[in-house]
Amino acid sequence: MPPTSSAPLLSVEDLHVHFVTSRGVVRAVEGVSYEVRPGEVLAIVGESGCGKSVSSLAVMRLLAKPAGRVVHGRIMFEGVNLLELSDEEMRERRGRDISMIFQEPMTSLNPVLSIGQQLMEPLFIHLKMTDVQARERAVDLLKMVGITDPERRLDQYPHQFSGGMRQRVMIAIGLACNPKLIIADEPTTALDVTIQAQILELMKELSRKLNIALIVITHNLGVVARYADRVNVMYAARVVEQGTADDVFHRPRHPYAMGLMRSVPRLDRPRGEKLETIEGLPPNLLDPPKGCRFAARCAFKADICEQDPPLDEVEAGHFSACLRAKEFVAGTLAPAPAKRIEAAARAGKDAAPLLSVRGLKKFFTVARKGGLLSTQTSEVRAVNDVSFDIAPGETLGLVGESGCGKTTIGRMVLRLDNPTAGEIRFKGEDIAHKSLNDLRAIRRKIQAIFQDPFSSLNPRMTIGQIIAEPLTVYKIVPDAKAAAERVAELLELVGLFPYMAERYPHEMSGGQRQRVGIARALAMEPEFIVCDEPVSALDVSIQGQIINLLENLQRTLNLTYLFIAHDLAVVRHISDRVVVMYLGRVMEMADGDTLYAEPLHPYTKALLDAAPVPDPTIEKSRAARALKGELPSPLNPPTGCVFHTRCPLADEECRRIVPEPREVRAGHHVACIKV
Amino acid sequence: MLGYLANRLLLMIPTLAGVAVLIFFMLRVVPGDIVEVKLRGDGGQVTQETIEAERTRLGLNQPLHVQFVQWMVGLATLDLGNSMWTDRPVTEEIGVRLELTIQVAIMASIVAILVAIPLGTISALLRDTWVDYVVRIVTIAGLAVPSFWLGMLIILGLLYYANWLPPITYTPIYVDPVANISQLIWPALAVGYRYSAVVSRMVRSSIIEVMKEDYIRTARAKGVYEKLVVSRHAMRNAILPAITVIGLEFAFLIGGLVVTEQVFNLNGLGKLFVQAVSRNDFTLIQSIVMLIAVIFILSNLVVDVVYAWIDPRIRYGGR
Repeated sequence: MPPTSSAPLLSVEDLHVHFVTSRGVVRAVEGVSYEVRPGEVLAIVGESGCGKSVSSLAVMRLLAKPAGRVVHGRIMFEGVNLLELSDEEMRERRGRDISMIFQEPMTSLNPVLSIGQQLMEPLFIHLKMTDVQARERAVDLLKMVGITDPERRLDQYPHQFSGGMRQRVMIAIGLACNPKLIIADEPTTALDVTIQAQILELMKELSRKLNIALIVITHNLGVVARYADRVNVMYAARVVEQGTADDVFHRPRHPYAMGLMRSVPRLDRPRGEKLETIEGLPPNLLDPPKGCRFAARCAFKADICEQDPPLDEVEAGHFSACLRAKEFVAGTLAPAPAKRIEAAARAGKDAAPLLSVRGLKKFFTVARKGGLLSTQTSEVRAVNDVSFDIAPGETLGLVGESGCGKTTIGRMVLRLDNPTAGEIRFKGEDIAHKSLNDLRAIRRKIQAIFQDPFSSLNPRMTIGQIIAEPLTVYKIVPDAKAAAERVAELLELVGLFPYMAERYPHEMSGGQRQRVGIARALAMEPEFIVCDEPVSALDVSIQGQIINLLENLQRTLNLTYLFIAHDLAVVRHISDRVVVMYLGRVMEMADGDTLYAEPLHPYTKALLDAAPVPDPTIEKSRAARALKGELPSPLNPPTGCVFHTRCPLADEECRRIVPEPREVRAGHHVACIKV
Repeated sequence: MLGYLANRLLLMIPTLAGVAVLIFFMLRVVPGDIVEVKLRGDGGQVTQETIEAERTRLGLNQPLHVQFVQWMVGLATLDLGNSMWTDRPVTEEIGVRLELTIQVAIMASIVAILVAIPLGTISALLRDTWVDYVVRIVTIAGLAVPSFWLGMLIILGLLYYANWLPPITYTPIYVDPVANISQLIWPALAVGYRYSAVVSRMVRSSIIEVMKEDYIRTARAKGVYEKLVVSRHAMRNAILPAITVIGLEFAFLIGGLVVTEQVFNLNGLGKLFVQAVSRNDFTLIQSIVMLIAVIFILSNLVVDVVYAWIDPRIRYGGR
C-alpha cells in the first residue's frame, strides 16, 4: 500500500525537455509533473520514444549535452530545485541522494575497472571512507544484493559476471551511499524471466527495508502490476494517465492506457482468438499534431479532441489527460466489450508432420587458453538430443531463457548451422545432411523472420529491392516488371502500402520494418517459417499488430510456424503446441493450453511463476517464489538432469540420471523423473 | 601471462622464417649483383675473370640452394656474415646505426605521446569549440607536412634565429648526453610532429566514442568528479586504440626515416638500407630486413602485453 500523505521527496513540475537535432527540435518531454514519496514505488510506463527515460535523466541532470536541455519546469528534491544547482552541487547529490540503475548491465559497468573499484568509488567520494571501511561496506553491499563469495568477487572484472549478476552489482552501486531515491530505467529488460523476478524482488524488498523511494521506468506492464504503488502512463512526451496501480490497471481512464492493457497477451486469462491492438503509430515529436496526441489512434475521438487535453483529476488521486474521461467515469462511454472470443480448442492434427526433428544435437567447440602453441578445446552443448514434430498448418512455440539453444535449433532447421548429429526431416526428406546445392529447392519452402528489424534489413537497399531480391535470385518471376507487381502485392499482404517500396529501411518504424521482413519471407511462397523472436524488439501495441498479422497469414496461406521466443504470454497466444527448453534440452512439450494450465515440469512451473501478469491484485497477492540461482554455464553443464542445480524437487538421483522425455499423458511429454 | 609470452615468442620463429625465405628469393629474382656494381659501377674496365673471381670469393657462384642453406644456417646460428661491399661483419655495420635510429624512434615516440594524449583529450572534451578547431588544424597539418621538409625548416630556423647548427657527428648518449641530445632532438621533433598528429587524432576519436558509453553515464550517475570520469573511466578505455597506432608507428621509424636522416645528416639505419639496396649488398639487405621484421613483431608483442595489462578482458581471457 502506498505510504500516505508524507511530504513528497521528489516533485517534478511542468517539465519540458527539448532535443536540438539537425532535423529540428524534438520536444521529448512536455509538461510532465509527478511526485514521489519516501518508500513509494512509482512506475513510469510507455512505449519507446514517449519520453519516460528522458524525463528521468533530466532529474539526474544527465541529459546528453549539448543537444538535450530542460527548457521549462522545476525539479524539487527535498525542497531544492535541482535545476538551479551548480554542476558541483548536483554532482554531490548524484549517487549520494539520488542514484540511477540503467538498463544494460552488459555495458553499464566499466570493463577495465574491477567491481570493487566501481563499487567503492561513491563511498570514497561521498562518504570519505577509508580503504578498509569502504571495502567492508562493499562486501556488505554485495552480500545484500545476493552475491556469494563477495570478498573474492570484489577483485573481479565485469566480464567475469553474468548479466543478472552485473545488474545486482549495479543495484549495489546504487545503494552504496544509502540514497533516498533510486531511479531504475528498465532494470530487468535485458534479463531472463527468472533472473528478472529475482532482481525485482530484491529491489522491492530493499526499497521497503531502507525506505527508499523508487522510480521504475519500464514498458512491461506485468512488472508494473507486481511492484508499483503508483503509475504514470506516458504517451508522446506527455503523461496521459496517473494514479494508483489499482486504478490504472482496473479502471483506466485514458483510451491509450485502456488499449495498452488490452493489447498485452496475458497468461492469466483464457487465450483470445485475436489480440486487441492499438492501430497506427505514435506521432513524430518533431512535428506533433495539435490537440490530443492520441486522437489519431483513438476509438473515442470526437471534435473536442482538437483541444489540448489537461491532466485532470477525474477521481480521487486518479488523473487522466482525456477530454472525455468524465464520460468513462460516469460510465456513459465505455470501450466495446472485449472481443475475447475464446479461441476454439485446437483440433489435434493427425496429418503426417511437415517437419520432424529427431535426436538433434549441436556442439560447438570453443578454444580455451592453451599452453605452448597448444589450444585446449571444450565443448558447448548448445542443443542436446532434441526431438519434435510440427504438423502442417501448426505453430510450434519454442520457449526458454537465453542460452537454452532455441535459436540454434532455428538456425539448424534453416541450415545456417550444420547439426552435429540427428535428423531434420522436411516432408520426409532429411535436410540435415544434404549438400547446399540439393538444399536450394527446399530452402524456398523454409523461410525465416528474425528478431531485429533494425539490423536484418540492408540499409543501402530500398524496401522494394529487399523484397524483390529472392524473387529474382530464384527466378520466381519472369522480369523486373513482374517482380515490382509481386512486391506491391506482398506489401499489401503485410499491411503496408505499395508506394513504400521506394523507401529505405531507416525511413520506417520498427513495426513496419518487421512487416517488411515478413514480406521478404513470403516472397518465396514458403510453407514453413522459422520466426526467431519476431516481436521481442517491438513495443506492446505494435507487437499485437504483428502477431495478428502472422496469425492471419497462417490461416490464409496455410503456413506452418516454428515460433521461437522468450515471452511466455506471446508464445502461448500464438502456439498450438509448446516446447520448453533449458540448457540445450527439452524439458516439457505439450499442447499450448495444457502446458500453461497444468505444467508438470518444475522448470515450466518456475518460468510461469516468474512471469508477472498485468494485474496488480493478482500480483500483489502472489508470494515471491523466485527461482533461486543462476543459469549454469553451457560450457560446464550440471551432470544428470541439467536443471537439478535450481530445482526445488531435486535430490541425489537427479544428479546422476539424465531424464528422458516421456509421454505422461497423450501428447504431453515431460523430461523429469519426479513427475 | 608468462606462458602467453613464451607462446608468442615461439610463434615469432615461423613468421621470421617466412620473411627470411621471401627476402632471399626476392633478391635473387632481380637481375644483377653486387660485383657488377662494385667493379663496373663507375664504368671501369674490368676483365670477366676478375669479376668471376670476386663472385667466387663472395660465394655468389654457388648454386642457389647452397646459398640458401648457408643463409638459413647462418640465421639459425645468428651468424649473419659480412657485408659484401665493405667486408665488415653485418652486425657491426648495423650496430652503430641501430643505436642512433632506435634512440631517435624512442625520442620521437616520447614527444608524440606527451603531445598527443593531452591534445587529443582536450580536443575531444571541447569538441566543436575553437580549441578543438585549432587542434584539428594543427594535427591535419601534421599529417600533411612531410617530416623532412619540417626538418629543413627546423635547421633553417635554428640557423636564422639562433645562428646555431646542431652537431654533425654522432656522439653516443653514454659518452656525452648533452651533445647527443642536442643533435638528435631535432629529427625527433620533426618526426614526432607527424607521429603525434596520427596519435592525437586517434585519441580524440576514441575519447569521443568512449564518452558516449553507458559506463560513463553510470560513473556520472554515481557522482564521480568530472575529472575522474575522464582520467579513470574514459582514458583507460580510450587509450587502447592509440597504443596500437603507437606500436605501428614506432616500428615504422626503424628503417623508414631515409629522407629525414639525410636532412639531418644522420648515419642511421634508413640510410644504410638505401645504400645496401643500391649496391645490391645481399647479405646486408637480408639482415636489415630481418631486423626490421623482428622489431615489427616485438613492438606488436609489446602492444599486446600493454593491452593485456590495461584490459582485464584480455588478461583473464573472456567472452
